[in-house]
Amino acid sequence: MAQNTTTINRRTGETNASAGSMATIAPLAGWLVPGLGHFIQRRYVRGALILAAVFIMFFAGLGMQGKVYSFNTGDLLDILGFVGDLGSGVLYFLARSMDWGAGNIHRAVADYGTKYIVVAGLLNIIAAVDAHHIAIGKKP
Amino acid sequence: MTLELSHYNAALLFALCASTVFGITQRNTPRDMLKYGSYCFVLFAGGVIVASWAMWLIKH
Repeated sequence: MAQNTTTINRRTGETNASAGSMATIAPLAGWLVPGLGHFIQRRYVRGALILAAVFIMFFAGLGMQGKVYSFNTGDLLDILGFVGDLGSGVLYFLARSMDWGAGNIHRAVADYGTKYIVVAGLLNIIAAVDAHHIAIGKKP
Repeated sequence: MTLELSHYNAALLFALCASTVFGITQRNTPRDMLKYGSYCFVLFAGGVIVASWAMWLIKH
């Protein structure tokens, strides 16, 4: 009886440890690659939809010649733009490394593109938080 | 590559992507996700149309 209780306690401890590490890994993975936080928790459809939504918004923004913000300490809106862009994870680093997103002040739609890129990052952050909620069991 | 979208199409694409993520993240069951995502899309798209008419009325 005592041995069974010990085994159950050990297994419960292992499950808690696993859930605890997933609670950290899932949002980080979800931030780095859109939808990955859901994929590693076997929410494939949700992950695929998030991946598609963030990728479409990010690349449509670049296609509209939107601006990708770099780190700055100037205007508050520029700082917030950088924080929003950073939410896209690997897409942001890819865009910076490839020198994409120079912006174009002569096109009205380019301003939409800038907002698309920022919102893609913000949506990805919401999705990463959702992955965390799934990991801690707050959401099915 | 340059993407040529009209303002309305850009707003619709924005609404589609944003409401997809909102639906998935803000509700718990697939049925509720679909309902809430659709609701957000209608509000986004409807908001654009209402704002457009409001600006037209202001101009005239």
